[in-house]
Amino acid sequence: MIIMILYYIMAAFFGVVLFWNFVKSKDVQKAILYLVILMPFVLRVFRLK
Amino acid sequence: MKANKEWIVKSIALAVWIGILISSGIAFAQHRQYKETVVLGEAVTQVKTLGDYFEPIKGTTNDCNIYILDSGVPGGTLLIMGAVHAEEPATNLAAQLIVENAGMATGRVIVAIHQNRSASTVTRPGDAYPQFFTIDTDWGEKKFRMGDRWANPLDSWPDPETYVHYPSGQMLAYMDTRNMNRTWPGRANGSLAEKTSYAFMRLIEQENVSLTIDLHEAELEYPIIGTIVAHQGALNVAAMASMMLTAQEFPIGMEISPLALHGLSHREIGDYSNSPCILLESPEPFLDRVRGVTDEALLLTGQDEFVMKAGEQGLLYWPIDENGWSIDIRVARHVRTIEKLTELWTRFHADSAMVFAGLPSYDEMVEQGVGHFFADPDSVPADRLAFE
Repeated sequence: MIIMILYYIMAAFFGVVLFWNFVKSKDVQKAILYLVILMPFVLRVFRLK
Repeated sequence: MKANKEWIVKSIALAVWIGILISSGIAFAQHRQYKETVVLGEAVTQVKTLGDYFEPIKGTTNDCNIYILDSGVPGGTLLIMGAVHAEEPATNLAAQLIVENAGMATGRVIVAIHQNRSASTVTRPGDAYPQFFTIDTDWGEKKFRMGDRWANPLDSWPDPETYVHYPSGQMLAYMDTRNMNRTWPGRANGSLAEKTSYAFMRLIEQENVSLTIDLHEAELEYPIIGTIVAHQGALNVAAMASMMLTAQEFPIGMEISPLALHGLSHREIGDYSNSPCILLESPEPFLDRVRGVTDEALLLTGQDEFVMKAGEQGLLYWPIDENGWSIDIRVARHVRTIEKLTELWTRFHADSAMVFAGLPSYDEMVEQGVGHFFADPDSVPADRLAFE
């Protein structure tokens, strides 16, 4: 259970980093790619998938 | 100007992303929370949950319903387990059909419709499974969840690098820590699937189960198909059932449970309890890797031209033609095989007899469809309903 909670914290951390990269990126293609990658992290953190 | 354009595109992308997130999130949540309705048949005398046998499972996703059908006449106890792998829908349909229709003349039957309920709350990522399927009944459509082979990662995460089976120490694929047919006899402080197996072992002990039957389906590319796999404690019953069913009703093989293959129900339940275990496999073309469109129609009809083509090339272990393998036939095979096994068990073990009454025949299930045998939830009082 503790390891599972740590994994959720890691997923949330990577989610925040990816979203920050989306905001800061000047390259639109890269920004969209960040969003695509972000999707599974958000779904996991919200316990949807 | 360029910065403005960049932000316009990013804003549009973000809006689309949020739309996809919300729509997919709602779909996933609806699937995970959907409750299937079970009408308790007249023979159902008690509904417990798995947590009644092992407290740590109480309140978890896998605290599944345990239906007890008691004849009141002393005899043996049969345990039927459906949907160990929740992507094998003929198994939970067969179990539910028994709960809703079976009468008991002698002994008891205990049924778990969704043995690994967590696995029924998720579909296989990347395989485009339908989330639900519906069965036509006499009173309308009945909706069921489609599931996966493994427990939902939302309930059991992360997987280990390698799953080491307890207590044999045999190394298995990492995701099989969530596969309930690799976690027997279970472990009290293990993964969710291991704890669920452990809880079922406690059920088998506490209810003094005489015989356990574990229901499965398999792809036609897999050699263990259309067969009965038996622990050595039930070889006579399984062999006789295979011979009699093949001679009189439909072809079904028989395999002996390998001694060195650990974690499987037909090996470990018999080794770690007084109940021999028999596993049944029916053919499910939906699971074949060479299949075409993976939709509800394939799930229900079992008709697929690509799987047929594989058969023409000699790549399959079970025949298939344009008629496919319908859900009606697959459920009927399971229900009829269970009935035959209990008839033979009773013949060999008179002191632990178990006799069904009122189960539909194989022909009735195939001709009228399994939906005909599911009762209308609106036709019974609320205290005769259960939810899966």
